[in-house]
Amino acid sequence: MAFFRWLNHRLVVVAGLLTLGYLLLPNIVVTVFSFNEPKGRFNYEWQRFSTDAWTDPCGVADLCGSLSLSLQIAAWATLGATVLGTMIAFALVRYRFRARGAVNSLIFLPMAMPEVVMAASLLTLFLNLGAQLGFWTVLIAHIMFCLSFVVTAVKARVMSMDPRLEQAAQDLYAGPVQTFLRVTLPIAAPGIAAGALLAFALSFDDFIITNFNAGSTVTFPMFVWGSAQRGTPVQINVVGTAMFLVAVLCVLAAMVMSNRRNRRRAS
Amino acid sequence: MATVTDAPPLAPAPAPKERPPRRRGRLTPYWLLLPGLLWLVVFFALPMVYQASTSVQTGSLEEGYRVTWHFATYWDAVADYWPQFLRSIAYAGTATVLCLLLGYPLAYLIAFRAGRWRNLILVLVIAPFFTSFLIRTLAWKTILADSGPVVSALDTLHVLDVTSWLGITAGDRVLATPLAVVCGLTYNFLPFMILPLYTSLERIDGRLHEAAGDLYARPSTTFRKVTFPLSMPGVVSGTLLTFIPASGDYVNADLLGSTDTRMVGNVIQTQFLRILDYPTAAALSFVLMAGILAVVTLYIRKSGTEDLV
Repeated sequence: MAFFRWLNHRLVVVAGLLTLGYLLLPNIVVTVFSFNEPKGRFNYEWQRFSTDAWTDPCGVADLCGSLSLSLQIAAWATLGATVLGTMIAFALVRYRFRARGAVNSLIFLPMAMPEVVMAASLLTLFLNLGAQLGFWTVLIAHIMFCLSFVVTAVKARVMSMDPRLEQAAQDLYAGPVQTFLRVTLPIAAPGIAAGALLAFALSFDDFIITNFNAGSTVTFPMFVWGSAQRGTPVQINVVGTAMFLVAVLCVLAAMVMSNRRNRRRAS
Repeated sequence: MATVTDAPPLAPAPAPKERPPRRRGRLTPYWLLLPGLLWLVVFFALPMVYQASTSVQTGSLEEGYRVTWHFATYWDAVADYWPQFLRSIAYAGTATVLCLLLGYPLAYLIAFRAGRWRNLILVLVIAPFFTSFLIRTLAWKTILADSGPVVSALDTLHVLDVTSWLGITAGDRVLATPLAVVCGLTYNFLPFMILPLYTSLERIDGRLHEAAGDLYARPSTTFRKVTFPLSMPGVVSGTLLTFIPASGDYVNADLLGSTDTRMVGNVIQTQFLRILDYPTAAALSFVLMAGILAVVTLYIRKSGTEDLV
């Protein structure tokens, strides 16, 4: 009975950790299978341990090319969406203007729309205009769907900003440009950074919209999709594992650093 | 404009000149909005118009399409593909409910019970995003493989007999069944449920729990009357963030399902990219969009949280 009492008391913790396990299980599988040496073309069944894929990550035709293309598209899409989104966020928080409701819904709608609908409708536009599908159409699409997420992230930060800080800067004779660069922008920076990170992640991992609008251009998710039909090379798992590890290490390092800074500040 | 206070300025003041007021140009907001909104109008709103027009066109790839106000395309599309529509709603709805049931304890754990582990668990929730979701979905093929430990365990426990009887698995397989697709959908959209739930739970003032306890509420009553109602904004945005993308998804149904688990997303994708029947595809996509918008509007009205944006 003691066990059941313990379980009852810890029910939330146990259930929560089970969910966390469910979330992490595929990543564990991806990592383990990056050391597999599959027999056939598909890497779904464990055969034996091997580090071949890790020592030769670009050993599969087109994999590294698609990876670098995805990184390029994500970088440009992040830049575009962050600049345009930050401008919109500032306008929404700081100014009064007509048709605010319409502007808000135009920004909300792309987030409330299944990706396949946006993908299909954008393709009809490009087909009607006779546009050549490829790098540019993918980039245009990525900036479009990342924009709303950046606006939301930046808006939250700018809204919570104390307007008196800017007034103080102006009282101290800072011009509007100086105020913006030395006061407003540094305070809004975490929101802008969060929006940019989100845009990068969304663009890098996007499949559905890219699938419709890429033509014969192959981004990394498109490569994985194609390989699911033709045969999955172990190198895919290597890339997935490496990205996971790099991201976790970066976040952990940032956490340790900010902890240290806080402790130093406290002492 | 802020006024200069009585305190003498620290730096020698420049010659007093008319400083521009902060909200100087009445046109400034429009200039800030213009490029971004133009992008959304041209590449989000305008495509919807093109799609609407495509859906009422007739013709062929070779001869080209012309607008003939052929609304029968809609009728035919819905008549042909209503099972896929129903399946999309059923799968996405089940996945959303499962996400809520699985995600709530974890969000609660992070918000109230994790202590110094809070940030680490949050990182672990977000970290899978950094591995392409297609790779992670493919991993479910390994996990649910016919000879794998999960399927054997379910088989030994006679769970598969029950699920087969319910029609969500077939024989002693899990892959290529509705169960696998719903499992994949739940997995893929779980973080989109957990994060809004966590945000709204974290905002709850801990003293409210103490107050409920002081007023002799049992923990379950506290949860029912205090915690859950206060987390409603998170529940609403979490369910929307899960249901909307899940209903249009075709990746899980394609990788983990079979031809019997095709969702409306799969149909739109094949019609558009393989069969090249643009009017039917556009009509299907339009119906899906209208359906989702109706659901979202109704849901937001009912739940009374209109400040989601």
